[in-house]
Amino acid sequence: MQNTETLLQIRDLYKRFSISGDLLDQLQFKGGKLTRHQEFVHAINGVSLDIAKGEALCVVGESGCGKSTVARTVMGLLNPSSGTISYEGKRIDDLSAQALMPYRKKMQMIFQNPYASLNPRMTINETLSEPVSFHNPSWNKGEVRDKVHEVMFSVGVDPSWGVRFPHEFSGGQRQRISIARALAVDPEFIVADEPISALDVSIQAQVLNLMMDAQEQRDLTYMFITHDLSVVEHFGSRVAVMYLGTLCELATSEQLFDSPRHPYTKALLSAIPKLQDDRPNHIKLQGEVPTPVNLPTGCVFHGRCPHADKRCQEEIPKLIATDSGSQVACHAIEEGRI
Amino acid sequence: MNAIVDDNAPSMLQRFRQSHFWHSFCIDRVAQISFLVFVAYLIAALLAPFIAPYDPYDPATIDIMNSELPPSWQEEGDSAFWLGTDAQGRDLWSTILFGTRVSLIIGICAVMLQAMLGICIGLVAGYVGGKVDSLLMRMADVQLSFSTMMVAIVVLAVFQATFGTQLYQELAMLMLILVIGIAEWPQYARTVRASVLAEKEKEYVDAARVMGLPALRIMFRHILPNTLSPILVISTVQIANAIISEAALSFLGLGMPVSQPSLGSLISSGFEFIFSGSWWITVIPGLVLVGLVLVMNLLGDWLRDVLNPKLYKG
Amino acid sequence: MSLLEVKDLEVRFGLRKGDVKALRDIDFTLKRGERVGIVGESGAGKSVLGFSILNLLSKPGYIAKGEVLFEGQNLADLSPKELGAIRGNRISMIFQDPMMTLNPVLTIGEQMVECLMAHRKITKGAAREIALQKLKQVYIPSPEQRLDQYPHELSGGMRQRIVIAIGLLLDPDLIIADEPTTALDVTIQAEIMELMLELCERNNVALILITHDLGVVSQVTQRTFVMYAGRIIEQGPTREIINDAQHPYTQGLINALPQMGIRGERLRQIRGAMPTLQAVPQGCAFSPRCDYVTENCRHVLPGFTRSGGCQVACHMVEEMKREEQRSAEGSEE
Repeated sequence: MQNTETLLQIRDLYKRFSISGDLLDQLQFKGGKLTRHQEFVHAINGVSLDIAKGEALCVVGESGCGKSTVARTVMGLLNPSSGTISYEGKRIDDLSAQALMPYRKKMQMIFQNPYASLNPRMTINETLSEPVSFHNPSWNKGEVRDKVHEVMFSVGVDPSWGVRFPHEFSGGQRQRISIARALAVDPEFIVADEPISALDVSIQAQVLNLMMDAQEQRDLTYMFITHDLSVVEHFGSRVAVMYLGTLCELATSEQLFDSPRHPYTKALLSAIPKLQDDRPNHIKLQGEVPTPVNLPTGCVFHGRCPHADKRCQEEIPKLIATDSGSQVACHAIEEGRI
Repeated sequence: MNAIVDDNAPSMLQRFRQSHFWHSFCIDRVAQISFLVFVAYLIAALLAPFIAPYDPYDPATIDIMNSELPPSWQEEGDSAFWLGTDAQGRDLWSTILFGTRVSLIIGICAVMLQAMLGICIGLVAGYVGGKVDSLLMRMADVQLSFSTMMVAIVVLAVFQATFGTQLYQELAMLMLILVIGIAEWPQYARTVRASVLAEKEKEYVDAARVMGLPALRIMFRHILPNTLSPILVISTVQIANAIISEAALSFLGLGMPVSQPSLGSLISSGFEFIFSGSWWITVIPGLVLVGLVLVMNLLGDWLRDVLNPKLYKG
Repeated sequence: MSLLEVKDLEVRFGLRKGDVKALRDIDFTLKRGERVGIVGESGAGKSVLGFSILNLLSKPGYIAKGEVLFEGQNLADLSPKELGAIRGNRISMIFQDPMMTLNPVLTIGEQMVECLMAHRKITKGAAREIALQKLKQVYIPSPEQRLDQYPHELSGGMRQRIVIAIGLLLDPDLIIADEPTTALDVTIQAEIMELMLELCERNNVALILITHDLGVVSQVTQRTFVMYAGRIIEQGPTREIINDAQHPYTQGLINALPQMGIRGERLRQIRGAMPTLQAVPQGCAFSPRCDYVTENCRHVLPGFTRSGGCQVACHMVEEMKREEQRSAEGSEE
């Protein structure tokens, strides 16, 4: 994995959102002085990731851990507060809309909610041909139509349904159309933000299989955001586990499922309801996820971790390689305590 | 959420006939009657030069001897003028037809102007957000804090005083459209901005941005069509409001001149004769105006109920 | 006597284009303290079933046929007042969204006390004492403080615990939980499920767990009903269904789970999608997606066949059973 070409590189990414409204709301009168007071949600706190060509990197975490923010920042829908994002070695996070255009064709995104991700007032043909004709202005109508038919066919949607509107399709079919829209510009890299979490079990399998087929046929690289670890085991070649905007563990999916290292990963894995079990037997975590407004000092997980000590409360752990080849951010593992 | 069963895509007409919109129109008597009456008004206004027995704009056809004749069903009435005549001897029926035409033109054109201004400003404010949004919305607040009538009275009175009544009478219709149009744009801007903010959160907008589409194209091609429902609802109410504003201004003598009367100036011109017994010059155009505004408001109410997704999503 | 008995229930929705059957042939009994899971995809009618047990169906839905007996009493015959005494008191319901149960402008304590005092003649102090005790039962940290907090001050997992505590307030005999953990994260879900299991066992409360997640059902329930297009197509002991499902749909549903797949290979998917209620096919509703479909399946609605501890609505299973019986008779002779 290490010697293959890096497609996307994320370095020290931070993203915070102000939740204090505009300037007037921020002014506070305290002790006879007018001060400006701002509060931030710290969505991403120093994430570094490399995605190699041809792999499917899964980013896993619970709600509010910043996984979707990472996806949206990578796609340029949000601007990072600091840090860099590079594609094939070129920095893309500071480019203008014009300069970003070639990358728009290479990078595409699939969204979570199939009921909101298609424009309800556009037919399927219009939705699919828009990106094709926009990115290939020299193509004539026939070529655009052929391309649209090709992608519709490849996701298993009958091209004759193209004259219909999204509300006439079921959730699974809409998600197929969303995938077709992403594939229509022949991208190399696709960010999928929880593409199956709004779908039923039997449809989830169809969509996952479709995405795996597309990866094989089109030589795609995926960044797959999900909260469902059992999907990851099946889909991802590597897994990044996130907690409160930081990376806890980065490993290949075999390593992660066979020998999880980070205490949070272990708890997460044990919480998946398994068919074979008669009753839940998960690792109980104490307390609750802290709010990302007032981040805990040191390791963000220390308040809930059974192995936390004084160092964990003070010092932020760095991602270090373990002997098994996975990378873990945990003092206890570094010191050999667990 | 209907999965596709048959393979033939319905045509636009079929789609419309299967829609919730058409269905609720079919079961709602009030909406049907209002719509019919509104269409009747429209036809009367459009075809006024052909329906009207006399041309009220042509002084040659007017005989001052015929002035203040009561409607034909009254004892002193003349069968040639079934609604009677006004103080200048014009046939009231013909004048009302032409007045309706003038009122509707002013109402619709003023609303088109409002909509154009308001939609553009609302789209930009909602989509761009941040400082631009704050600035535009504060402008809207300032505009709204002057009442429409006050702005209109000041502007029209100043215009009349500066350029003289002659020029004013020639440009009256244009001035009314401009004044009513500009005074009311914040209604549109606010409505559009609110629905743009809701639509902007949806993922199809993100998908369009990921595609690299320019902001203008996203605003007008992707977001605007999805905000049409509230625009349609306020448009009906705004046309009614514009017609009332115009009537009120005309009543105050700041509207259409007597030579080219709208419904408002007709009411106004008859008002001085109401105590001398010639009630019809004021009452009949008044009823016509009330009817027009009433059906517009009823249609607006019905549209709001139909297009409000919260009411029928089951 | 069984706690709950549903007999040949049929629920319809009166729509513009005519009636649509949302539930049909629903037939089951529930013993005191028994935990059952109702599994199915969205639109299968699981929530409608939950609502119709409590007679909470809203227009245009109505019960067209059959009856729901709670301790032998037909709920449809009861007056609104008598029904109110059963709802909340004897049967309580937990929804997916805790804010459907919690009133945002009242504190947790006020809501619990109000609920207690509506059903029982006790003083405010006593009601507060019971509320506190129930909060302790659901392991809420510092319960005294929580009583004076508003719902929005609590996290999602905490709110769902409060809702469970409210559900337990009047010591009900039956809890109907409609997707109680779907909105929660996996680690919280595991805690809530464990809590519900423990509480049901300790207080001998029956549970109807409505969910789309077979994993949750397998951990918590003793019996499982699998629903498809408004019908229970398979019911039986949970273990038996998980390990040896008879109906092709149940098999497909289990095999499609990512945890059942082999790493790096394609999942075993079921083709197509569940029909909408307006377009349920003739015969077996699953026939267009079934790999074992025969001409018979397309025209005749399959009846229920007993297979082991399970009841299955499938022609293939019926055929197999008949075959077995015949060979058994043959060997006897």
